[in-house]
Amino acid sequence: MTQGKVKGIIANLVTVAVDGPVSQNEIAYISVGANATKLMAEVIKVTGENVYVQVFESTRGLKVGDNVEFTGHMLEVTLGPGLLSRNYDGLQNDLDKLTGVFLQRGEYNFPLDKEKLWKFEPIAKVGDKVEAAAWLGEVDENHQPHKIMVPFVMEGTYTVKSIVAAGEYKIEDTIAVITDEEGNDHNITMVQKWPVKKAILAYKSKPRPFKLLETGVRTIDTANPICEGGTGFIPGPFGTGKTVLQHAISKQAEADIVIIAACGERANEVVETFTEFPELDDPHTGRKLMERTIIIANTSNMPVASREASVYTSMTIAEYYRSMGLRVLLMADSTSRWAQALREMSNRMEELPGQDAFPMDLSAIIGAFYARAGYVYLNNGKIGSVTFLGTVSPAGGNLKEPVTEGTKKVARCFYALEQARADHKRYPAVNPIDSYSKYIEYPEFAEYISGLIDDKWIGQVNEMKTYLQRGKEIQEQINILGDDGVPVDYHEEFWKSEVIDFVILQQDAFDKIDAVCPLERQRYMLDLVMGICHSDYNFDNFLDVIDYFKRIINLCKQMNYSEFHSEDFENYQKKLNELLAEKQIKA
Amino acid sequence: MAKAFQKIFTEITAITKATCSLKAEGVGNDELATVNGKLAQVVKIMGDEVTLQVFQGTEGIPTNAEVVFLGKAPSLKVSDQLAGRFFNAYGDPIDGGPAVEGEEVEIGGPSVNPVRRKQPSELIATGIAGIDLNNTLVSGQKIPFFADPDQPYNQVMANVALRAQVDKIILGGMGLTNDDYLYFKNVFANAGVLDRIVSFVNTTENPAVERLLIPDMALAAAEYFAVQKHQKVLVLLTDMTLYADALAIVSNRMDQIPSKDSMPGSLYSDLAKIYEKAVQFPEEAGGGSITIIAVTTLSGGDITHAIPDNTGYITEGQLYLRRDSDIGKVIVDPFRSLSRLKQLVSGKKTREDHPQVMNAAVRLYADAANAKTKLENGFDLTDYDNRCLDFAKEYSNRILAIDVNINTTEMLDIAWELFATYFKPEEVNIKQALVDKYWKK
Repeated sequence: MTQGKVKGIIANLVTVAVDGPVSQNEIAYISVGANATKLMAEVIKVTGENVYVQVFESTRGLKVGDNVEFTGHMLEVTLGPGLLSRNYDGLQNDLDKLTGVFLQRGEYNFPLDKEKLWKFEPIAKVGDKVEAAAWLGEVDENHQPHKIMVPFVMEGTYTVKSIVAAGEYKIEDTIAVITDEEGNDHNITMVQKWPVKKAILAYKSKPRPFKLLETGVRTIDTANPICEGGTGFIPGPFGTGKTVLQHAISKQAEADIVIIAACGERANEVVETFTEFPELDDPHTGRKLMERTIIIANTSNMPVASREASVYTSMTIAEYYRSMGLRVLLMADSTSRWAQALREMSNRMEELPGQDAFPMDLSAIIGAFYARAGYVYLNNGKIGSVTFLGTVSPAGGNLKEPVTEGTKKVARCFYALEQARADHKRYPAVNPIDSYSKYIEYPEFAEYISGLIDDKWIGQVNEMKTYLQRGKEIQEQINILGDDGVPVDYHEEFWKSEVIDFVILQQDAFDKIDAVCPLERQRYMLDLVMGICHSDYNFDNFLDVIDYFKRIINLCKQMNYSEFHSEDFENYQKKLNELLAEKQIKA
Repeated sequence: MAKAFQKIFTEITAITKATCSLKAEGVGNDELATVNGKLAQVVKIMGDEVTLQVFQGTEGIPTNAEVVFLGKAPSLKVSDQLAGRFFNAYGDPIDGGPAVEGEEVEIGGPSVNPVRRKQPSELIATGIAGIDLNNTLVSGQKIPFFADPDQPYNQVMANVALRAQVDKIILGGMGLTNDDYLYFKNVFANAGVLDRIVSFVNTTENPAVERLLIPDMALAAAEYFAVQKHQKVLVLLTDMTLYADALAIVSNRMDQIPSKDSMPGSLYSDLAKIYEKAVQFPEEAGGGSITIIAVTTLSGGDITHAIPDNTGYITEGQLYLRRDSDIGKVIVDPFRSLSRLKQLVSGKKTREDHPQVMNAAVRLYADAANAKTKLENGFDLTDYDNRCLDFAKEYSNRILAIDVNINTTEMLDIAWELFATYFKPEEVNIKQALVDKYWKK
């Protein structure tokens, strides 16, 4: 392997003189200090004989002349059964296996359990023709069918020569032998490695996403739905509830696997996930949420370079589970911190900067990353998906900044968190007018949703948005002209939009019942609210309008807080019907 | 004095306002050196050229200055002798006392493994109702005051420090005016609590770049008491804006490309490294904690500036002070202030009605603000509007003002008393069970 010597150091950018070939993004280890602690680093630039590496740890004490060993491979993750429920850092070190209270640099570990026995069931038979990502067998990992596949790196077609019988095996046991076209045998175990910066492309095709990914959050599912295999992003100034919204989605979404990439955010937020997820139930299966979750924690005080790696590590693990025919949801909080990590590096390499000192190719990097999500038909005809939702933390809350703009070009759903809504405690503070979902315009989605709900649904949702838009315009007029300055009808129309806002858009993430709103219930409430909006009413003056609609909102909210179709729920419905009958003009 | 293993170099090749460069070998990154007796730190090595950041500035440094490398990163000697002492940015005593003896630890050390943290859950009472009632602080939290330079944030912080039930208070003063430094010193001395206070102070009379060491010094001391002595430690950092300004000066001298507001591109990570030292350790690790209360001064109240903006993304909430012209006092602004961790303690470690009372009072205060706008725009006020305005004035005076000093139960009782004085139960929108129990008849 190629060796090198340290030539220069600026923070975590190290220049190395090498004695042989190196490749871009190759991993190297630098020995530092009296104990020759090995620090992991990645090649990010080569000019002449100077190789620039970014070190994933603190470079304190590093000296010119220190030894560097290159490994011949890029940054890789280890894939195999036992990833679920684990807490990893950005380089896939198992945080629970690290010994000290403090993270010691140069302490790396193997991310899986080599001793654990897994119950293996063969799927492939001797004589089967297989290729990369073909399913050879299956183990039960926290009730998920974890497929043992032909490693993704293997090219060409192979024949299964032998496969072990059902039974208990460790991850490094050979479970199958496959023969290539030249007649060479290859032993296959349950573990494989894959370089994180390369997308796993072992699938047949990637159609446009069309299947609703239910999140139980009304402002998403009803107003701006995201699809399985879709992409979305949530920008918002601090204090607008990004994290609460992300947590709600990761708890409730109808996914088989949830991967949370805590990328450069607060440690206490990750601790909240560590503390709560093992206790909380998955609303779809009743098992503990932690069983389907993997956390990649690279909090803001952990090394910046591995923050960049953490999003790729997360995405690669997501693609791995997608290849098993599972629905994976990947959440990254926050992609701005990742972009800032890129900026710090580009700055140290003295690259000519783009806007706000970010690297010029920022939007290309963001685009390439979002492109790895998707709904795919696997080679065996089965379906898998990686849905990706990223948060963006725009500097100064200004959405005209490079990360938001770069993301907006590629993400298909946009959930605009708004300071003003947050200030008024209208949570989730997603602005219904600025936000969008491109999927709602897809004919594939329309077809799917009319099968799932009915063919009036999309029309109704669009109508709801028109009411909101109109409500906003009227509110502005009322603010200028005063309550008396506009006709009573205007107040009526404005308050209809308020009903939509309070009953459909707002949702109490901390209330046990309201926090999760299944699709059936969302349909019921939308029908109910649109019914209220479609009616005409008799009012003498605007005070009556305000008072009346406040009572309607109160009853509808009580319904949101009650178990669906429970006695309480039906009672409130009855009271609401009586109230509506008071003022409604019969058509 | 140079020791045997220390190498001395005398050929400086470049000098800027904050850095100097020389040819030297065998030097480690982040290592300390002295340049003609002035402390400096290695910030860049390129082949045999080493760039040093000189903390006191490079005024008067000649090209033949004597450079001695010390073979270590900045460090602090930690022991119980730190208590009650005042130090400069290098950890040297400035109170005339003897040097501290103890284990020498590198400052700016590694981060806590997130899985070794515990979710914060202990209330820190300050007696200031605008904080305890509306924005309860929790041990292990990090929260700044966003304040204009003319606001009395240092006084509020000193009050918080003195009232908080903690074992140690560590003051990190960056660019403190001499007057403020003496203020802190007197307040702590008069309160008779000097023995639980450790101060690291850089005043405006000291060089600006020196203050880069202050937070790491203060937090190294805090980690000693929290990790080794299992104590509850409160760290006060004032003023973090001046710290960030010093970062900008250094990065500018090193020809780095500035990002937003002339701040270095690494500002977020630099600030996060400091604030994330706030931690609650689990019982197995001794149960100590580090809580950070900081000050970020704003320019004209602008929170979109890179310093408060990045801070807001890192810290767990922020506190705003505001002068309330109706009562002529400084209050803790209930609208913009936020403690993100308050729900971990309010109603759990405090009385059950706490969350609802807090929200109801703020909602009514917001109604009062709307009424005020109506009044200013010349619209007529309803009876409800007028009652809201009266409520707001008394609420401001008895709850929000920073001179309030009562316990949480008293705060809640006052709030119920105000509700009963000005409103009917249905106007307050609190769960019926609580109204039945606490409404003042």
